[in-house]
Amino acid sequence: MATLRLAINGKSYSVDSDPQTSLLTVLRENLDLTGSKYGCGEGMCGACTVLIDGKAQRSCVTRVGSVSDKQITTIEGLAVGEQLHPVQQAFLDAGAMQCGYCTSGMIMSAVALLKKNPSPNESQIVDFMDGNVCRCGTYSRIVSAIQKAATAQGSTMAKGAIR
Amino acid sequence: MSAKTNSALPLEPERYELRAAAPYRFDLDRRDFFRFLGAGIVVVSVLKPTIVAQESGSGRRRGESLPKEIDAWLHVGEDGKVTVYTGKVEVGQNIRTSLSQAVAEELHVPISKIELVMGDTKLTPFDMGTFGSRTTPTMNLQLRKVAAAARDTLIALAAAQWKVDAHQLIASDGKVTDPHLKRSVEYAALTKGQQLTQSLPAEDPLIAAADWKVAGQSTTKVEGREFVTGQHRYPSDQKLPDMLYGKVLRPAAFDATLTSIDTQKAEQIGASVVHDGNFVGVAAPTSKAAEAALAAIHAEWKSDPQASSKELFDYLRKNTTDGNDPTGDGDRYDVGSVDPALSSADHKSQATYTVSYIAHVPLEPRAALAKWDGDQLTVWTGTQRPFGVRSQLAEAFHIPEDQVRVLMPDMGSGYGGKHTGETAIEAARLARAAKRPVKVVWTREEEFTWAYFRPAGVIDVTAGVRNDGTITAWEMHNYNSGSAGIRTYYDIPNQRIVFHPVKSPLRQGSYRALAATANHFARESHMDELAHTVKMDSLEFRLKNLKDERLRTVFQAAAKQFGWGKTKSPGQGFGMGGGYEKLGNIATFAEVNVDSKSGEVKVVRVVSAFECGAIVNPDNLRNQIEGSNVQGLGGALFEAIEFDNGKILNGRLSQYRVPRFSDLPKLETVLLDRKDIPSVGAGECPMIGLAPAIANAIFDATGTRLRALPLVPNGLKAA
Repeated sequence: MATLRLAINGKSYSVDSDPQTSLLTVLRENLDLTGSKYGCGEGMCGACTVLIDGKAQRSCVTRVGSVSDKQITTIEGLAVGEQLHPVQQAFLDAGAMQCGYCTSGMIMSAVALLKKNPSPNESQIVDFMDGNVCRCGTYSRIVSAIQKAATAQGSTMAKGAIR
Repeated sequence: MSAKTNSALPLEPERYELRAAAPYRFDLDRRDFFRFLGAGIVVVSVLKPTIVAQESGSGRRRGESLPKEIDAWLHVGEDGKVTVYTGKVEVGQNIRTSLSQAVAEELHVPISKIELVMGDTKLTPFDMGTFGSRTTPTMNLQLRKVAAAARDTLIALAAAQWKVDAHQLIASDGKVTDPHLKRSVEYAALTKGQQLTQSLPAEDPLIAAADWKVAGQSTTKVEGREFVTGQHRYPSDQKLPDMLYGKVLRPAAFDATLTSIDTQKAEQIGASVVHDGNFVGVAAPTSKAAEAALAAIHAEWKSDPQASSKELFDYLRKNTTDGNDPTGDGDRYDVGSVDPALSSADHKSQATYTVSYIAHVPLEPRAALAKWDGDQLTVWTGTQRPFGVRSQLAEAFHIPEDQVRVLMPDMGSGYGGKHTGETAIEAARLARAAKRPVKVVWTREEEFTWAYFRPAGVIDVTAGVRNDGTITAWEMHNYNSGSAGIRTYYDIPNQRIVFHPVKSPLRQGSYRALAATANHFARESHMDELAHTVKMDSLEFRLKNLKDERLRTVFQAAAKQFGWGKTKSPGQGFGMGGGYEKLGNIATFAEVNVDSKSGEVKVVRVVSAFECGAIVNPDNLRNQIEGSNVQGLGGALFEAIEFDNGKILNGRLSQYRVPRFSDLPKLETVLLDRKDIPSVGAGECPMIGLAPAIANAIFDATGTRLRALPLVPNGLKAA
C-alpha cells in the first residue's frame, strides 16, 4: 500500500493504493469515477479507455503506480460545465449508442483520435477504433458521430483562427 | 388481409425463453398510491378485459381498492409532472424513449415532463420480463391507453371547472384549452389537491398512427446526456456506504462437487468468508482484497467426464429426450403426407445444418448490490426479469417475496442473456453473512463460463421439389437448438417439422431471436439449395412458393434496394435470407467478397428491408436493425464456444472474437411503415435473415456450400 498522487481531470487526488492495482479499479472504487467501465480486464474491449497525457490508454491494464506523474482525463472530465465536448454532443446527436455501456470508452478513444488527426477518413477511424467493442453493434453510427465531431471541431478551430 | 396471413401463423412456444415460475399480481390499495406519489391523478392499466369492463363503469371512483390485474400505471402530479410505472426494463433497446413517446403523444405533454420508473419490484406492477419483443406490441399500447385516459380525465376536470361540455375542449402541451372562450389551464392546476384514480376504460379511442406527432418520429435517447458524460449509474456502478466487494469461488468444472476446503487463510486476512454447501464466497473492503482472499482459499473439486465441443453434433443427435418434454406440445407439426410427396418429387434434396453454442457477451457483465435491513432484502441488479429474480431470491433465502425488492437500473445490455439472478443471490448471501451491503460484479471469464449460452443445434432438412420450382414436401428436424421460427412460411402442401429436445451438455437459455436464427439459417440456406437444383433465380424461387403479402413485400423491397440481378465480379457473391419472427417481417440481402488466395471472407454490404407495423421511432428502429446485423455477423461468421470436459476453453475476449469496427459492412435499411397494422417489436426479428444471406452469398461467390454456423471461423480455406 502506498499513497499516490493522481492528476485527474485537472484535479489533484491523494489515493492509498497498491501501485500494482489497475487504474480502472482506483478510478471506480477509490474515487467513485464510475464513467470508465470494466468490460474484459485485458485491454480487449476499450470500455475502460481514458487519456493519459492526451493518449488513449486502457485503464484496466494500466497500473496506477505508473501514471502518478501524468495527466489523466476520464469521461467525467470532458464536458465544461453544461457544455458538452464536441465528441459527446456528436454521439448524442447521431444516436450512436444503444445500451451506452461502451460509450465512455468510445468517446475517449475518439477524442484521442481527433487530437492526433483532426479530420480522419473512414478507414482511419476504423483502424484507430478497432480496439473498442460495441456489442449492440452501433459502429456505423459511431463512425458518423466521429466525422460530425471532426467537422464541428474543425469549424470551431477555424473561427478561433480568424479571431 | 396480409396481416391475417401472418397472424394465422401462431407464435410458437419456445422452451429456451426462461420464464418466471409463478406469476404474481401486484396488489395495492389506492391510498398507497397517493401516499408515495403525492396528490394528483392515477390511471391504472388492467390486464384482463373482463376486469376492465367491471371496473371502468363509473370512470372515477373513490375509496375502494384497485383491481389486482394491473400491468402499468401513470400518475400526473400536482406539479404537472407525469410519472409512469412499468415493470419493463431498459437494456439498450431504447424503450425508455419509445414508451415516453407513446405517453407524450396521447397525453399531450412534452417528453421532458415524463419520467418512467421501470423494473422496480416495489414500485412497478408485476411483469414477466423484458424479452420476446413484447414491449412494443403490449406495453406501448397499454401506456398509450393509460395516457389517453389520463388526458380525458384532465379534460373532464377542466370541463367541470368551467361548466362546459368536455367535447369543446382540447388538450395540448400540458394544458387544457377552451378554443371558444380562448382560455386554458395547466395540467398542474387541474391535479392540485386531487386524489383521483381511474381504471382503464375498455374502449378509449387512441390516436391513429397516421396522425401521430411525437410517436412515429425520431427522438434523441431519453437521458442520453447521462450516458455521454459517464454519469449514468449502471448496475455495476451502484454503491452504498460501508459496502464490501464480493467474490465467489468457482468450481473447477461444471457440475463439480466440493470435496475439501480450507478457508482459514482467507479469514486471517480479514475477509468475510461464506461456505454453504457448494457455495464458497468472500467479501472484503476492496475488490483487490476480495481477490486476495479468494486466492488464499484452498479447495478441491470432483466432477464426472463431460462432452466436448469436438463431438458436439454427434452428442446432440444421440442424447435426445423426446417424449420427456414437460410442455408436451409444440414439438411436432404435420401437414399432408410427406413421404409419398418426397418419393414422387422430381428432385429430392437432403442436407444437415449445424449451429454452435455462442455467448451473449453483454459488455456489462452480471452485477448485483445487495443489502439487508433485518429480514428485508434489497438488490440492485442487471436483469431482464426483475420479478423473476425476486422469486429466485425469495426461494433461495426462504423468505416471502414481499420482503424482497429488486431494482433494475438501465443496464449494459442483455440480448436474452440476463434472465437469471446468479449475482443477486451471491451478493445477498455474502451480505447476509457480512451484515453489510455487498456488491458482486462478474469478471468477463465468469460471464463467459457461468452464465448460459445460445443453444447449439443440428438441423436436418429433406425437401422435394418439382421441375417448375414448386416445393411439394418439407421435412425438418431440429435437435436442441429450439422451436422458435421452426415452421415454414412457404406454402408447402406436405410438411413434417419436429423439434427434438436434448440434454444439453452446457447450460443454455434465451438469446436474441432464440432458435429463429438457427431455423432460418437452415431453411433459407436450403431454399437456395433447392433453387440451385431446379436452376431458378433465388428470389423468383422464393416468391413462387410464398403467398404471404407482407413477406413478399420485404423480399421485393430489399431486392430492389440491393440491385438483385446485377452482374458480379470475381470473388464477389450475393445472397438473401429472410422470414417472419415475433410478428415482424425481414428480408436481408448480403454481398460478400472472398479473397481466393487468403480465403478471407468479407461481408461488404447488407441491405435489410423490415416491416413491423406502424413505426414508433424510425431512427431507433434503424439502430435496432443495424445492431442486429452487426451482432448477427459474429454468430454467422466466427463466434463459437469451445469446451471440453466441463470447462470453457475460450472464455475471454482475447480468445472469443466478437464483431468490431473492421468487420462492419455497409448497412442499408429499408423501413416499411404500415400505419394500418399495430406496432410490434424490432429487437430480434431483423437478425434472422443475415446468416443464410451470407452463406448463400459465399456459395454464389465460390460454389462452396457452408452448412455450419459459424461459417468461416478461420477463413474459407480452413473451413
